[in-house]
Amino acid sequence: MSPLYIARSREIAARELAGEMMIMSVRDSTLFNLNELGTIIWQAADGATSLEEIVAQKICVDFEVEPAEAFKDAEAFVRELAEHGIMLLSDQPIQAIAD
Amino acid sequence: MLVTTTQELTIDIGGMPILVRTDNTEFAHMIEDRYGEFVTAATPHAAIVLEIELVKEPGQRVRGTGHGTRGSGLGVGDSDSGPRTPDPGLRTLEDDEYDQELSVRREAGRWVMERGDFRAEWEPQCHRGWVRQTANPYALDGVLRILHSLILAREGGFLVHAASAVRDGRAFVFAGVSGAGKTTIARLAPPDVTLLTDEISYVRNSLQVTGYRGQESEVGSQESGARSQELGNRSGENRKSQIGNCKSQIDNRQSTIENLPSPESRIPNPVSRVPCPDPLSPVTCNLSPAFSAFGTPFAGELARIGQRLRAPLAALFLLKQGPENRIEPLSEAEAGRELLRHVLFFAHDEELVGIIFQTVCDFVRRVPVRRLVFTKDARVWELIA
Repeated sequence: MSPLYIARSREIAARELAGEMMIMSVRDSTLFNLNELGTIIWQAADGATSLEEIVAQKICVDFEVEPAEAFKDAEAFVRELAEHGIMLLSDQPIQAIAD
Repeated sequence: MLVTTTQELTIDIGGMPILVRTDNTEFAHMIEDRYGEFVTAATPHAAIVLEIELVKEPGQRVRGTGHGTRGSGLGVGDSDSGPRTPDPGLRTLEDDEYDQELSVRREAGRWVMERGDFRAEWEPQCHRGWVRQTANPYALDGVLRILHSLILAREGGFLVHAASAVRDGRAFVFAGVSGAGKTTIARLAPPDVTLLTDEISYVRNSLQVTGYRGQESEVGSQESGARSQELGNRSGENRKSQIGNCKSQIDNRQSTIENLPSPESRIPNPVSRVPCPDPLSPVTCNLSPAFSAFGTPFAGELARIGQRLRAPLAALFLLKQGPENRIEPLSEAEAGRELLRHVLFFAHDEELVGIIFQTVCDFVRRVPVRRLVFTKDARVWELIA
């Protein structure tokens, strides 16, 4: 299985409010709210770290969850964000990310 | 009757005066009647000089001021139900029946706004705009709402589908879709409450309220009927207005207005208030007036324009009618999500949408936002202020 790299789209505005991540697609003004796990993945989506590494380093360490199950959920999550155009996915490291 | 003399009137909403020019005396009178005390003395510091050309077309359909009739169709997901919940965010043109045909777009440095009853252009760089519209004040209403929403976006503010009012020098905003009770809450207000609007509220970052082009704004006079008769001052011309016969009255009013203290100096400073331990009683808390609310001439069912007044914003309530009066807390994220549903913005512009998103996030971090469940009972105002 090739690694999956994830990066935040540039076409968004995002803000963490009292621990909840709010993201707006500036293309169509659609709002997204991320829960705690989603926020961790979102903030780690730097384009250089693979999803597998993110799950292992950021999620499995702090949450009691099986790595395989966590990766499966995380992959479904990022693919859903990608369908809405707010997350970029690639099997190669992604250079252009939003800061 | 058409008169060729150019009429100039300044319509000052939110401390952003817009100078309107028209060759039609009757239309100028119509503007004066429509905007009341928002028509002010001429200023050389207008945010925009707007030339209005009246035409029979382009009015496929001429509308009233109208109200958004889309009930509560913009459902917000539950943030706990999954990793993310999409939500249609800013109210855009599709959300309001009266703006369904509206197009607001940026073309080569200028904004183009089109609706059935007007076509308008605005060049921000030279502070000038042009409007071709049918001879009704509602088209101008539409143009002004769009212009203010665009200007406000960069000034750290926004228009919001909300009633607002001032009590004891502090402003309260009541946001909600049509039918949520904006007009009702305005009608229930005690006599000492001053109405800013029962339909579209005007919110600005207080630090940005210095007037356009860096000119200190003086909003807050409750003098009625201070209408501009001055012509051509801005361009150095010395023409006389054909509007009305009250030039001397205007001059007197101008001096009166200038001598008035600013509204914020006439009211107790909220910062000096005793901190309040109850998070659900924002009105008595130690508030930093980060945002200000301004009166607008955009009226809802009350059919009465607001007072031309500015006050520091003490709290924003999201309206919900219920069996009793109570105030419920909201998380910042909940407040942000819900407030975004009520913000009026007409342009599909990625940069400005991003700016408004950040402004709303700033707002909910700095201004108490609560849900106000209320019944049609004037005692609800005991909870508010």
